[in-house]
Amino acid sequence: MSEIRNFTMNFGPQHPAAHGALRLILELNGENVERADPHIGLLHRATEKLAESKPYNHSIGYMDRLDYMSMMCNEHAYVRAIEQLLDIEAPERAQYIRTMYDEITRILNHLMWVASNALDLGAMSVFLYAFREREGLLDCYEAVSGARMHATYYRPGGVYRDLPDQMPKVAESRWRKGKDLERMNRWRGGTLLDFLEAFCEDFVTKVDDYESLLTDNRIWKQRTVGIGEVSPERALQLGFSGPMLRGSGVAWDLRKKQPYAKYAEVDFDIPVGANGDCYDRYLVRIEEMRQSTRIIQQCIAWLRANPGPVILRNFKVAPPSRREMKEDMEATIHHFKLFTEGYCVPEGETYAAVEAPKGEFGCYMISDGANKPFRVHLRAPAFVHLSAMDEMARGHMLADIPALIATQDIVFGEVDR
Amino acid sequence: MSAFSATNESLALALRDTLGERLSDLIEHRGQLTAVVPAAHWLDVAWQLRDEPQFAFEQLIDLSGVDYLGYGDDEWETAEASGAGFSRGVDALGPGRFSWEDRPEAEDFPNRFAVAVQLLSQRHNRRLRLRCYAPADDFPLLPSLIEVWNSVNWYEREAFDLFGIVFEGHPDLRRILTDYGFIGHPFRKDFPLIGNVAVRYDEDKGRVIYEPVEIEPRVGVPRVVRRDSRYVDNGQERTGR
Repeated sequence: MSEIRNFTMNFGPQHPAAHGALRLILELNGENVERADPHIGLLHRATEKLAESKPYNHSIGYMDRLDYMSMMCNEHAYVRAIEQLLDIEAPERAQYIRTMYDEITRILNHLMWVASNALDLGAMSVFLYAFREREGLLDCYEAVSGARMHATYYRPGGVYRDLPDQMPKVAESRWRKGKDLERMNRWRGGTLLDFLEAFCEDFVTKVDDYESLLTDNRIWKQRTVGIGEVSPERALQLGFSGPMLRGSGVAWDLRKKQPYAKYAEVDFDIPVGANGDCYDRYLVRIEEMRQSTRIIQQCIAWLRANPGPVILRNFKVAPPSRREMKEDMEATIHHFKLFTEGYCVPEGETYAAVEAPKGEFGCYMISDGANKPFRVHLRAPAFVHLSAMDEMARGHMLADIPALIATQDIVFGEVDR
Repeated sequence: MSAFSATNESLALALRDTLGERLSDLIEHRGQLTAVVPAAHWLDVAWQLRDEPQFAFEQLIDLSGVDYLGYGDDEWETAEASGAGFSRGVDALGPGRFSWEDRPEAEDFPNRFAVAVQLLSQRHNRRLRLRCYAPADDFPLLPSLIEVWNSVNWYEREAFDLFGIVFEGHPDLRRILTDYGFIGHPFRKDFPLIGNVAVRYDEDKGRVIYEPVEIEPRVGVPRVVRRDSRYVDNGQERTGR
């Protein structure tokens, strides 16, 4: 009789379902996973060390590149840490804009998640539909910051500029003309807020569409129900946060429990799962998209009614306007100092966390009084979730591994930092 | 007399009462509490903070290594300006400005390495930061928290990889973020920003090779420390180190 041995296999680093550069070493007994050992760091760029060698504001753009599916939420944590150390607070309008863009980001992230998760498990069409909706939201990113993803929009003391009065239109070209062009521009007659309002009204029906494709789909349920179950006790012990924690039935959301920006002023619910499996986490994320839409709608109403400044008029941390800079000597000096040396942050340390789409994204920052941070540590939710991969994967089949990677909603930009 | 704000007072007093002299310091800064714990009590304080109902810190959110070498140093003298203005010269040994050969000596810097842990109690909805200085600087060694909070697993691996802090009792203390076979601990302040070796594909040998870095260290903006009067006077707040 031949000897039967366990089989060790590389999953990735080049694998379409690995969501980036993940090398997962699987020890298999037949098709059953006995041990999963993720090797990470293939995308390590030493963001934290780079931040130590640059003035504070220069690193905001790096934050977008951590979890590149939820860009502005990362900026939010970093900017909040600086604001706490400086003991300043953004104007109310800026905080509403941040709240609104955090939720836009959450929808962007969850759309990407449901799209790629469905694709991993064999459902192609959800991917295409979800990307159709992402397009409109990425245009909102572009309208305020000029960039579709890496916005660098949040600044200590507010946001870089106010929302535009005119939502940019799609230009006519050889490929975009006639009825197509009309359809693309149908919401873009007014302001950015008008566009978002029309989008939100439409988007809730789109979420129903995704659900009709997946929620009762027999194959989808076979692939997700009962896969990767985590009990509430283990979820806490393993440091889970965000939908991973709520999927296990723990009603914990920083937006409710430790509100920041304007989350205390808006009305929304936290969805919670019951069984802690992939299917429940899917339901939680789908419902979060609906709740995010509600928050955006409330922010739109407030932002329409309340014009005002979006960044502090504190020229020690935020630059004066271009106009002032050209007419006022004092403003020129402030501008010059800010963009050459930056601002010095008083000595101290802080930890600022936000409820990013994937979980708690935190920024631990130590300042020794210089114009550069002494140490920045970024608490990325996916890093912790991926460390639980071994425990979640044990006893499952090889085919469940893509489902597990997908349900953890991993992005290597933030795992490797 | 209480030096703590209303939100943190009950926790601060409970910490003082329960831990007593096992707490070497308790600091509040910007509304956040930091408890400094000596390495000898690191583990039993952790157990107590998790299991005692008055603390109930059931989640470890984050662990981060810190290298305090060069804390408070600047590269540009700004405290005194002469009639000719600030000096234009920048002291070349600031963080990121040195290469591997002339990296700073790190001999006499007490309490150089530390770890900072962020705890979260969902039951009481509050947070606490713990800090522990590693006793020996040439071989920083701390007990591992992995039995108390399993989530610390990869964080301790990360602190070991990037700072060389060794966690006693960790079952699987391997490098995590750096390359296979990497030498050195890159987040230490005496590790150059440009790194040590570069990789490239060699046509002749037909494989990827490692060679010493050739780029010059270059940092655009000097590091400047300015004591801002607006922050100097705001209370008797004690900050970090």
